[in-house]
Amino acid sequence: MSHFGFENDVHNVLRLDMPITNAPMARWQRKASTSSSTSTNSLSPNRSVNSSVSLSKTPSKTPGKNSKTQNTPSKAGGDRFIPTRNNKQLDVASFLISKENEPVEETTSSTPNQKAWSVTLNGYDIEEAKILHLGGKPLNAPEGYQNNLKVLYSQVPTPVSIKKSRYISSVPERILDAPDIKNDFYLNLMDWGRQNLLAVGLTSHVYLWDAGAGDIVLLKKMEDDSEYICSVSWSKDGNFLAIGTSDCKVELWDVQYQKRLRSMDGHLARVSCLCWNDHILSSGSRSGLIHQHDVRLADHHIFTFGGHTQEVCGLTWSPDGKYLASGGNDNMVYIWPVTTGSEYQAIHALNEHQGAVKALAWCPWQPNILASGGGTSDRHIRIWNANSGSCISALDACSQVSSLVFAPNYKELVSGHGFAHDKVIIWKYPSLSKVAELEGHEDRVLNLALSPDGSTVASVAADETIRLWKSFEKDAVKKPKRPPPLKAKPSNFFFLFQFLHI
Amino acid sequence: MSKTLKGITLKGSAELVAEFFSFGINSILYQRGIYPAETFTRVTQYDMSLQLTTDAKLKNYLTNVISQLKEWLFDCTVQKLVVVITCLETNEVLERWQFDLECDKTFFLPDQCKYESIQEEIRSVIRQITATVTFLPLLETACAFDLLIYTDKDLEVPEQWEESGPQLIDQSEEVRLRSFTTTIHKVNSMVAYKRTNST
Repeated sequence: MSHFGFENDVHNVLRLDMPITNAPMARWQRKASTSSSTSTNSLSPNRSVNSSVSLSKTPSKTPGKNSKTQNTPSKAGGDRFIPTRNNKQLDVASFLISKENEPVEETTSSTPNQKAWSVTLNGYDIEEAKILHLGGKPLNAPEGYQNNLKVLYSQVPTPVSIKKSRYISSVPERILDAPDIKNDFYLNLMDWGRQNLLAVGLTSHVYLWDAGAGDIVLLKKMEDDSEYICSVSWSKDGNFLAIGTSDCKVELWDVQYQKRLRSMDGHLARVSCLCWNDHILSSGSRSGLIHQHDVRLADHHIFTFGGHTQEVCGLTWSPDGKYLASGGNDNMVYIWPVTTGSEYQAIHALNEHQGAVKALAWCPWQPNILASGGGTSDRHIRIWNANSGSCISALDACSQVSSLVFAPNYKELVSGHGFAHDKVIIWKYPSLSKVAELEGHEDRVLNLALSPDGSTVASVAADETIRLWKSFEKDAVKKPKRPPPLKAKPSNFFFLFQFLHI
Repeated sequence: MSKTLKGITLKGSAELVAEFFSFGINSILYQRGIYPAETFTRVTQYDMSLQLTTDAKLKNYLTNVISQLKEWLFDCTVQKLVVVITCLETNEVLERWQFDLECDKTFFLPDQCKYESIQEEIRSVIRQITATVTFLPLLETACAFDLLIYTDKDLEVPEQWEESGPQLIDQSEEVRLRSFTTTIHKVNSMVAYKRTNST
């Protein structure tokens, strides 16, 4: 029966050792037969190839019809069930199937090329070796372990070494009212004493503000309203306040009793700056002269330093008491020695500033370092070595420098500015890199004063406010033991004055 | 400890090489920071101080591998030992320490073999391993390690051991290190690491 034909065909094809009968000769067989030069056998498969190709192109919707029309045995296996067989596929298929019958060639050694490729691809010669590893759970480092070699070996400085910069509040801790303050660049109207009292001169009044308790005391009122306070300065122990006035007098007040102890004159012009050196009080005036007063003596005026040609606006003694630095409106900074004998010549005359030098400060932790700041036309902060008189560094602050203060808690320099930005800037010393800018004042900052514990800097400005910036707070643990505040009555001065009826 | 051997036996050589591998692998784990440095203790070996791990699991694992390795060394069926360091998350091979072993089966007892010279050579190899930290790229991610042993093809695979691939690094830089020999076994070392993009 013809319908078994297909089944037989399939069986024959699948039975590997039987030669294929129905399919045309495989190409290699055809080649073999052509080489042996038989004509008919070779031709008919070709013809059948051609015809079956044409067959496959025609759409066969009625397979039965097609198979009936071409029912020659030399056809490419077309029958009822499989009308067309693609010759090419059959070629390949029969080749491959019959090939398996052939004995496989023993490849004793792969060609050198193949071997080389195999070695490169696999990393080793597969023929020769195999790779083993001990199975089991993978051994890993404990969780959370970070390879810290990067910290050990990398060149980038590790975060551990960089100190975290502290938080500096951009708003003042407190704002105090300072009405009627004279907006005069050359005056020094604020000072913070050791007893934690802030003294401010407001035109003709001197007020004391207790930073601890918060109460305000009116210490002095000028008798003559046309006169005004020009400078205030606390003595070292904070018990005495020296007040310089526009009527050329220097007054000494005992704060505890709120009594004026003495009034020293001798100046020819207003006393715009004052500075204490133990019992010596130096006063600078508009005349350009600096008077030294020994407050214990009746004849107080012991020396005069002359040198400035214009108003002396900055005056400060070094912490060790060896040098007096003075700055004036003549753009000069003079360094005077502590007078022994009759030497009262300036050691150094520093003229690098292009503007009035009111801002002067000595470094408390490094000896012989003086910082000076120039006015509007100069705007520079300069650091000097007082021994040699050389300028160590200069920094353009872009604004008139009205006051300088060293803050020892974090080794910083604070500068108060006027025109143009009216800010208080904290610089790192000695790198002079900007640490913080404290904004808030609406008019030029006139003076700065550091609290006795060094944690707060007060700035008084022409906008009639005093702003207290708590920028240098040390950790409570690390606070060094402060020497007990000197509350003992300074008996020397008091009894002396009583005796002298001054 | 200076042993002056008359000659060296196959067994002795196998032990020496296995010991070297044990210390060498520990050094690699320590230097590359695969395991925390705190889990290592210092011991003196080859006249220098080396680090050995104290982690129990790791010690166990290493002891298993090394003892098996010793057997194979004795049979001269091992060809290479490879320490593969892979990134834990991506399973990418970052570093590959390959120690090639050449076994001279036709051994004899040479008179001139000295323990000190072998020790000296081993010392220099381990020192080199330590020194490689200067040029090997830092392993920034958490890493896992694996030990692969290349053996003869017809070797019977013992229990717990599996076959694996070579775990090569694509785009690797290779540095050949010193070798040492015990006249029976010769060990060549080299380290391959993944080329980093940054110079």
